Amino acid sequence: MSYLIDNREGVQHLLMGNEAIVRGALEAGVNVTAGYPGTPSSEIIEAFSKIAGDRNIYAEWSTNEKVAMEVAAAASFAGLRSLCVMKQNGVNVASDFLLHLASSGTRGGMLLVTCDDPGALSSVNEGESRLFAKLVEIPLLEPGDFQEAKDLTTWAFGLSEKIKNIVMIRSVTRMSHASGNVTFGPLPETVPHAEYSCDGPLLDTETGPVISMILAAPELQHGPQQEKLEKAARLFEDCPFNTYTGPEAPELLIVTSSACNLYVREAVHLLEIDDRVGILKLATTWPLPPNLIKQNLMRADRIFVVEEVLPTLEGNIKILAADMAPETGIKTFYGKHSGHIPSVGELNPDIVVSALVRILDIDYRPADATFEYEAAALADTMAPNRGMTFCPGCPHRASFWSIHHAIALDGRNGFVCGDIGCYVMGTLPSGYSTVKTLHSMGSGSGLASGFGKLKQFGLEQPVLAVCGDSTFFHAAMPALANAIHHKSPFTLMLLDNRGTAMTGFQPHPGSPVDVMGEPAQAIDIEAICRAMGAKVEIADPFNLEKTQEMLNHLMEHGEGAKVLILRQACALSPERRGKKKFDVSVDETICIGENCGCNRLCTRIFGCPGITWDNDKKVSRIDTIICAGCGVCADICPVGAIRKKEVA
Amino acid sequence: MNSTRLSKDPYSVIITGVGGQGNVMASRVLGSMLVNNGFSVTIGETFGASQRGGSVMSHLRISETSSWSPQIPKGTADIIVSLEPIEAVRVLAAYGNPGVILLSNTRPIFPVNVIKGDAAYPSVEELKKSVRRLIPHSIFIEATEEALKMGNPILANIIMLGAVVGLNILPITRENFRTAIGERVSPDTVDLNMDAFDLGSRLGQQ
Repeated sequence: MSYLIDNREGVQHLLMGNEAIVRGALEAGVNVTAGYPGTPSSEIIEAFSKIAGDRNIYAEWSTNEKVAMEVAAAASFAGLRSLCVMKQNGVNVASDFLLHLASSGTRGGMLLVTCDDPGALSSVNEGESRLFAKLVEIPLLEPGDFQEAKDLTTWAFGLSEKIKNIVMIRSVTRMSHASGNVTFGPLPETVPHAEYSCDGPLLDTETGPVISMILAAPELQHGPQQEKLEKAARLFEDCPFNTYTGPEAPELLIVTSSACNLYVREAVHLLEIDDRVGILKLATTWPLPPNLIKQNLMRADRIFVVEEVLPTLEGNIKILAADMAPETGIKTFYGKHSGHIPSVGELNPDIVVSALVRILDIDYRPADATFEYEAAALADTMAPNRGMTFCPGCPHRASFWSIHHAIALDGRNGFVCGDIGCYVMGTLPSGYSTVKTLHSMGSGSGLASGFGKLKQFGLEQPVLAVCGDSTFFHAAMPALANAIHHKSPFTLMLLDNRGTAMTGFQPHPGSPVDVMGEPAQAIDIEAICRAMGAKVEIADPFNLEKTQEMLNHLMEHGEGAKVLILRQACALSPERRGKKKFDVSVDETICIGENCGCNRLCTRIFGCPGITWDNDKKVSRIDTIICAGCGVCADICPVGAIRKKEVA
Repeated sequence: MNSTRLSKDPYSVIITGVGGQGNVMASRVLGSMLVNNGFSVTIGETFGASQRGGSVMSHLRISETSSWSPQIPKGTADIIVSLEPIEAVRVLAAYGNPGVILLSNTRPIFPVNVIKGDAAYPSVEELKKSVRRLIPHSIFIEATEEALKMGNPILANIIMLGAVVGLNILPITRENFRTAIGERVSPDTVDLNMDAFDLGSRLGQQ
């Protein structure tokens, strides 16, 4: 039994922030959950799927975030409690529906859980989702520790039902992927019954059709939507998760939320200034409860706002402070605009410490300077950087090897439009720097469709694009349809590694099994592309010769969009993980290292972590612990020194 | 019997290594052992791109009272456990101090720029000497070699965990480990994990 459904009230478990959110939703009796994988959010749907049978839950990995939100909204319309989850970039994808949903309102409690990634630790940007709450006029909650990640989630379902609208909970990497003690509450016995009441009058929120249709009468829906937000602000005045700790009248009031709460707590502890500063930790960051803010602004003349990335909370507090100035007096603010906290990258206790030291003029020396200097010097000389690369045995390394060589052989300066997946590393030397554009999900094919039409203006370069199998369903299909319809000549290399690999191998519409382990209708990518009208070829990227040959043929021949499906399972997939196809070894009598004229092709250029260089003997070696046994390196060695033997 | 109190609150432990070495598992097991003994534990993990050859690091904060920052303030680690030798040096520079206790595996995993010949990997003997000059309390263990003798290199993380517990500094015991590992691995591999743990405890005390 999963510890997440431990029904002993008061028991404590060590939970990841993401697991705490799951437990909070379970304690609220959630029934329907949907999402699209994206670090750092993916554990949430994974966890729901594992306990689906025990708690009568439906969980799905949807085709994309917009569909996930729609699936969860349908459950809400039918009276159930539901949750959709995505990383920050996914909120952009879902935002079109979100704007309409915020307008139509919801019935059963519904949450949007977004996991932002300040510092872009596992994202292509650190774009933030908080601004969406303001933009589409819905409440925003941000848990300040792990217990709160659970409790606030449970509370949010009630809030959603009180105001009849979707509520957004925003986590960050250092909350979602960090862990802490969480004390469990009771799990309710739910007897869900789904029914969609839609026969009542238009705009009747209980019985009518749920629609977002304002036409020329914004007061009919937009007015009531804003009243919901005002009601939320009133409820936030007494929200138990907004807390103040510190003296009645501190020298400095720190206002913070989310993981920054933990950094602030740590910094105040390190500097031993508990008697000088007060901490207002806000869980309800939009809309801000005005009376609570006023009471706390009255405490001090100096206010320090600690948050990550954009000055969102800072801006919202300043607006209130301007309105309240006649009563509270004029405040001095510290934060992003004052230059005390950066607007780029994630925060940590040290950044908060150095800001506090400047604001309060404290003499603080954090570390032993001699040690610091010597340890840094040691790291400089002894700890070479660990650049990102594809896993040993990754099919993408082989694919990019072939793409790189096919473009070189073609000789017309072709380029690849990249997309989102592990293959973003195609921009780096680990992918032979083959990828030359990189933006959002599906954008590689869209850009390629556009580049393909530039021939009339003189663009003669062959246009290529890559996308993964999950990305294909998520957002590349409309771009491919566009290219085919408009006869835009480009070659899409569909890197089919049989799952959403980057985020932990989640299933997608092409998978035969869904996240709950139920048989699913696997949609055939090849058949889709053919039906759309593309010329389609399939190759195994581990077969370098055939892949390059097909690629060159497709680049030179045929009109319109062409698709080369490069099909080989991810090295970490259940079907390949821990199973070597080949035992690979280097014959030292044949490998003559630097002298063979290949410029150490296998180690210096191919760059698989499974091949290492023996500095003493000046030959290549296979690290058998790391090697995944794909055997591709045996095919690139010009003298046949790398041997592969099929594992019996 | 180990101590039942913390010498410092919060007490900070870093477990570091390279993606795929079982770093996250080790931090979760250690964290569970402490939570089961009534402590408040916060773990911060950086593992977003770790499966693609990157460094990976877990920060554990142990307290009798509350959660702390999932990122340890610079220079304030109490114990650093490294599953890979150069990662030990890297973490030492950011979070070390003259009083830190360091336990490191000796088996290198070469970064791709070393494989390519763009950077040099130090000799492990040189590295040990330099680290010992900086940190009096440093222990090096051939954990991967020992794990290979036991049949699976992944057990290196459990050997290193055994070495940490064997220091008798943290308020946890061998029995705590049995409970925590039992919740995470299949019943038929518990004994093997216990053997790895016991071996680590012995090696850590040398």
